[in-house]
Amino acid sequence: MSEKQSDLKKIEQLLEIMKENDLVEIEVKSGDEKIVLKRAQPQPPQVTAVPMMTPAVSTGAAVPAAPKAGGEQEAEKASDLIEIKAPMVGTFYATPNPDAEPYIEVGSKVTQSTVVCIIEAMKVMNEIKAEAEGTITEVCIQSGQAVEYGTVLYRVKPD
Amino acid sequence: MFSRILIANRGEITLRIIRACHELGIAAIAIYSEADANSPYLELADEAICIGPAVPAKSYLNIPAIISAAEVADVDAIHPGYGFLAENAEFAQICHDCGIKFIGPSVEAMRLLGDKVAARKLAQKANVTVVPGSEGAISDETEALKLAGKLGYPVIIKAAAGGGGRGMRAVHNDISFRQAFAAAQAEAQAAFGNPSVYLEKLIVEPRHVEVQVLADEHGNALHFYERDCSIQRRHQKMIEESPCPVLDERDRNELCESALAIIKEANYTNAATVEFLLDKNKNFYFIEVNTRIQVEHPVTEMVTGHDLIKWQLRIASGEKMKLSQRDIKHSGCAIECRINAEDPKNNFSPCPGTITRYIPPGGPAVRIDTHVYQGYTVSPNYDSMICKLIVHRPNRAEAIETTKRALSEFIIEPLKTTIPACLDILSHNLFVKGTVDTGFIERNF
Repeated sequence: MSEKQSDLKKIEQLLEIMKENDLVEIEVKSGDEKIVLKRAQPQPPQVTAVPMMTPAVSTGAAVPAAPKAGGEQEAEKASDLIEIKAPMVGTFYATPNPDAEPYIEVGSKVTQSTVVCIIEAMKVMNEIKAEAEGTITEVCIQSGQAVEYGTVLYRVKPD
Repeated sequence: MFSRILIANRGEITLRIIRACHELGIAAIAIYSEADANSPYLELADEAICIGPAVPAKSYLNIPAIISAAEVADVDAIHPGYGFLAENAEFAQICHDCGIKFIGPSVEAMRLLGDKVAARKLAQKANVTVVPGSEGAISDETEALKLAGKLGYPVIIKAAAGGGGRGMRAVHNDISFRQAFAAAQAEAQAAFGNPSVYLEKLIVEPRHVEVQVLADEHGNALHFYERDCSIQRRHQKMIEESPCPVLDERDRNELCESALAIIKEANYTNAATVEFLLDKNKNFYFIEVNTRIQVEHPVTEMVTGHDLIKWQLRIASGEKMKLSQRDIKHSGCAIECRINAEDPKNNFSPCPGTITRYIPPGGPAVRIDTHVYQGYTVSPNYDSMICKLIVHRPNRAEAIETTKRALSEFIIEPLKTTIPACLDILSHNLFVKGTVDTGFIERNF
């Protein structure tokens, strides 16, 4: 009984070490005893993953980090929302120039021809149109981030 | 040396380049189309960027998208692989203008050797024999007839704008010449919108022999011996080997020196393949220079022990080849079989689909270069080549036996592949004897 308790204590200590150092896996060997602990990976919130993008592939720096705006638990069903995707590889800008206000924000109404952002590709600033009608419910990318073809930029709730 | 490069290609050659990069400590950035999104080789890249949909014109041939990806990924250089943009001088120029090193020759050398007429003139200047023929287009029938008599029949009439075997017509005497000449002009006009044709002596039953060359940016050019690629169907190579089974030491040396002469004349840098036709009397005629790494480069890697992709990266980064020709040794025999998702029984028509069972061969002397795996779907959008099997043995007879053994272990189901066709060829007595030419498959299968 006491042995079990000391084991539990040891595991608790190890868990503390893992949390402190943000480790996902730890292996401790002493004599015949071996403890392997694994924590769940800090999941990048996968909001309706675009089918053609494998998460494994999307880990590179050029690939934008998943949205941080708590989009994960969005009340809206993802399937009801329209995704505005990047039509090209490049750098995403939410504003027409560094000092300006963003083209659109959460709550903005858009129509097919509303310019929603700029994607810079080969030193050319390409204005990207919404090509959808409705209200913006989520801005998925931070200004200045790189996007690849098909990266979801915004989500729109159709009117 | 570069710290980061982008690979502007897909499939097995991208994987091959990723491997070379990692051995040299270079970060490899892959690009991919939506059709390739699930390919595991992308996970081996340090980053992977989706650049467009499946259609090559919108992804792997999309220059703005590729350059944009290169800028986003902040790379030093782009390796174009083979196919797609590898021989596109405009792409090389754009890379240069954007301050990105193109891993390949200079734009000038690419333009020069990409022009068939200019390349032919260059070879003549380097004292290398070219296929005898008209210098440029010929439009007057009487003049053409006179030239045909001088060259000696059979001759071949080719569309100036043609390529890859299209718009060609073989003629065997004066009587058929007149008729064929007019027809060839009409055909060229219809197919290419340009009636220009030119004449060439038809080399009867030639072998296709090519020389691998590397040249650095400090004036050193070296050859890495020849490859025999006579086993072709519809001008597509199926089996390649080194050495060429019919060349003796003197002929081989002359061939390789000729290739070097052309490369030096062109002020060429990086990897090139100089292609020749070899006739029954061991006369060789220059055809063209491929200004890129080739599919069959592993054959040369096996017999010389040199990693050609690593050399490409080193040379492009400005490194000097600290080698002399004497340091490059040829050892044994290597054979490569291209495994294509094609149905040999149905005129080699492409056979896309999902691989449900994949068991590659192994054991001594076997190398597999592939990006496929069990569960992989062969996309109808791209080349049907899914794997290269390369075998290296001390002599040709043993190499053939090992290749046959490896091919018979190979399981790729349920797709039809060229594995049975390769096995048939390797067992054919003419192949075993080494007496084949580029018409071998058409005549025997």
